[in-house]
Amino acid sequence: MDMNEIKEIFFQECEEQLAELESGLLKLNDGDRDPETVNAVFRAVHSIKGGAGAFGLDDLVAFAHVFETTLDCVRSGKLEPGQDVLKVMLKSADVLADLVSASRDGGSVDESRTRGLVKELEALAHGELPSASGHDAPKPAAKPAPAAAPAPKAETPKPTDDSGFQPIPFTFDGFGEEEEPVIEGSTYEVVFKPRRELYSKGNEAALLLRDLSRVGEMSIACDTDALLDLDKMDPEESYFSWKISVKTTKSEDDIRVVFEFAEWDCDLEVKFADEASSDEEQPMRPVPFDLSILDDAPSAEDEDKQAEHGSDQTVAEAVSAAETATSIAKAAGAAARAAERKESAAAAAAAAQNNAAAAAASAGQTIRVDLDRVDRLINLVGELVINQAMLSQSVIENDATGTSSINMGLEELQQLTREIQDSVMAIRAQPVKPVFQRMSRIVREVADMVGKQIRLVTEGENTEVDKTVIDKLAEPLTHMIRNAVDHGIESPEKREAAGKNPEGTIKLTAKHRSGRILIELQDDGAGINRERVRQKAIDNDIIAADANLSDDEIDNLIFMAGFSTADKISDISGRGVGMDVVKRSIQALGGRISISSRPGFGSTFTMSLPLTLAVLDGMVVTVAGQTLVVPLTAIVETLQPEASAIHSFGASQRLISIRNSFCPLVDVGRVLNYRSTQANPVEGVALLVESEGGGQRALMVDAIQGQRQVVIKSLEANYTHVPGIAAATILGDGRVALILDVDAVVAASRGQSLRPEMSLAATG
Amino acid sequence: MSYAVKNLAQGSRELIAFRIGDQEFCVNIMSVREIRGWTPATPMPHAPPYVMGIINLRGAVLPIVDLSARLGMQEAEPSARHVIIVAQVKSRIVGLLVEAVSDILTITEENIQPVPEISSDLEKQYARGILAIDKRMICMIELDALFPEKESEAA
Repeated sequence: MDMNEIKEIFFQECEEQLAELESGLLKLNDGDRDPETVNAVFRAVHSIKGGAGAFGLDDLVAFAHVFETTLDCVRSGKLEPGQDVLKVMLKSADVLADLVSASRDGGSVDESRTRGLVKELEALAHGELPSASGHDAPKPAAKPAPAAAPAPKAETPKPTDDSGFQPIPFTFDGFGEEEEPVIEGSTYEVVFKPRRELYSKGNEAALLLRDLSRVGEMSIACDTDALLDLDKMDPEESYFSWKISVKTTKSEDDIRVVFEFAEWDCDLEVKFADEASSDEEQPMRPVPFDLSILDDAPSAEDEDKQAEHGSDQTVAEAVSAAETATSIAKAAGAAARAAERKESAAAAAAAAQNNAAAAAASAGQTIRVDLDRVDRLINLVGELVINQAMLSQSVIENDATGTSSINMGLEELQQLTREIQDSVMAIRAQPVKPVFQRMSRIVREVADMVGKQIRLVTEGENTEVDKTVIDKLAEPLTHMIRNAVDHGIESPEKREAAGKNPEGTIKLTAKHRSGRILIELQDDGAGINRERVRQKAIDNDIIAADANLSDDEIDNLIFMAGFSTADKISDISGRGVGMDVVKRSIQALGGRISISSRPGFGSTFTMSLPLTLAVLDGMVVTVAGQTLVVPLTAIVETLQPEASAIHSFGASQRLISIRNSFCPLVDVGRVLNYRSTQANPVEGVALLVESEGGGQRALMVDAIQGQRQVVIKSLEANYTHVPGIAAATILGDGRVALILDVDAVVAASRGQSLRPEMSLAATG
Repeated sequence: MSYAVKNLAQGSRELIAFRIGDQEFCVNIMSVREIRGWTPATPMPHAPPYVMGIINLRGAVLPIVDLSARLGMQEAEPSARHVIIVAQVKSRIVGLLVEAVSDILTITEENIQPVPEISSDLEKQYARGILAIDKRMICMIELDALFPEKESEAA
């Protein structure tokens, strides 16, 4: 594993940490005061800082450190995370994200903004310190330096000097003793034996030991016994271990926290020295030990905002201790009740730390899998489903009685394959949360830019949808959010004048609805100004001046190309590429978008998207003996043309009249070169489709076979792009059917030829 | 298996020979993925005459090329006796419709005779040599030359 790979992993983890950070801050913003949330936020920044330090990303470290310092004040309760504070923190999270992506992609960040935030963060950290330190427990957050410990200045990593941050050294000598239950000067024996994974993950034993030295006075001995001769040595193996005795006023947990991020990659023993000397080989002494831990666990949760791993360990210790206690009690045959009490105490401790454990579980039980592997699996399962259908078909054909056990087996097989298909599809499904989180940042930034106060409320962010849909959702959604902030929500003054809360609300919701995902974007702004939209549409020649439109039709005018109602072209939106682009990208995803608006109360955009891009709802049709699939999202209606409705137009064009409007007829068989003469429209079926340009066309096909969900197969992988064809699919009988590219076929009917451009066609 | 490996180590190579009409051709066995029977293909719009269409190969879409037509001979009339040679051509997989697979040949470089000067342009483009085996003449063809990756490469 080379450095770049490790770095890539770091950046991937950064993404996760940033997401964690932002969701934590948003939770705090909503009034959540759970210490675990604060801890999660702190941990996220701390992890980024730690990793960035290992890669020498000084800018990132410097900023993360200032941020961390301020978060530390929140964690220790010195700084109340009010709205103002959180605003700065959310901005800081954004800057941190920028710094991370700048470090990854080599871009630049807005220096002045970073510096400004550093100042704000420092002000927060400093401003509150003196008053808060008087009454709050100066526990782990502030890292109170006991008199014996090295100078507190050593706590501050150097890079902060660049940002002009001057740490104020302070100590809590005055009351450190009364707050700390641990007897001053207690000694712990720490045996630290790193495994090779520790180094391969970019951790450094020296740095850990240096951190440990800050916990208290320590003496250290390096055990080099395992060291091999130079020629036998594996350069990536870990050979050293250290025996450290630490004299400190702090608890065992404070020592463990030092190794928090390395815990799984090293053998770590932390022992109370006196205990260690008397009971060398046994890390856990049965009864006395478990009692102490049981007493400690709940109180530790209350006072001590310890780290996740630490607390998990406490639970584990408590439980195993309780088990030991149970067995002892049974052997004695008398103290069963006492043991039960201990068990329930352990359970209580576990419940108290439920949050931490749940967080750990949800974060820990995922694996990273290459998307290609998943896609391969999905392909294979799709094939299995087709194969199973073919098998059933031939059994039914050959087994006249229909009673054989083969039939029953086949039915079970069918259910199993369906289930496998669903589960495999679920692997690709991901919650829309990351996209929604990105939106909250956009709302903050745009609202700041236009001087509006806006709150983004998200709902259903755990709604799952295929990853490809998520990736493609971000762009149109960003556009719509910008629009909502810029045009939808009024300025605070206008809102107050209208008797509304000066703070506008944008609500973003996702939910599943009949096999599709429904995303709603709702603002409580002024709604659509229909007069202006209408006027604009007339000005831009989109509608005739005397057109008679319903409110709904006027609202939907904003999806027309070249439409922008903003009075002034702003930096944020209103560059003429507006909702029509959004609509097109939603349609490209096989989705639909609509708007409903109430003047004075705001607008709601509703997007309905397929759950996956791997399957598509299609209408299976026959054209000149061939089976084609037309995407259902493109079809507005189907109709059986009557001879009287068909009108010739010019030399070769034909129009069909539908409710008194004329719509060009497109013979699909002609466009695709399946036949050379035009089909008789009366014998076929017309599919009324809406194409990219917004115009309607009637596609002539011979017959409709039915409607079904088909799995999309790429044509390009082994063949080439075929004009007029979007992709291929495999039908139940195992044959390949082509999926029609409606837009291309319509464009072809407008005179733009479908030019074959295939490499297999190359002759030479 | 060990036999083949030993042979190959001595600078020989293996080819798959197949029949189109009354002629025999062969291709490098390493480019052949599998050989399967003919199944009706779905015709492609705007395709050149020698592209018969696409079939489903275990979930992947596989284009079928009538090799006879591709080599400038008369178009095949596929029947159940025809076979499809599934071959890897650069990054893509193509099905080649041939009449029958006749042989697997193990040859060395000295078995290969140069293509005679009289060849037409088309034959020059794909023919890489001629083999004389048991009084038969087998033309060795280069699939990469028959199906260039991009149109521009063909020029």
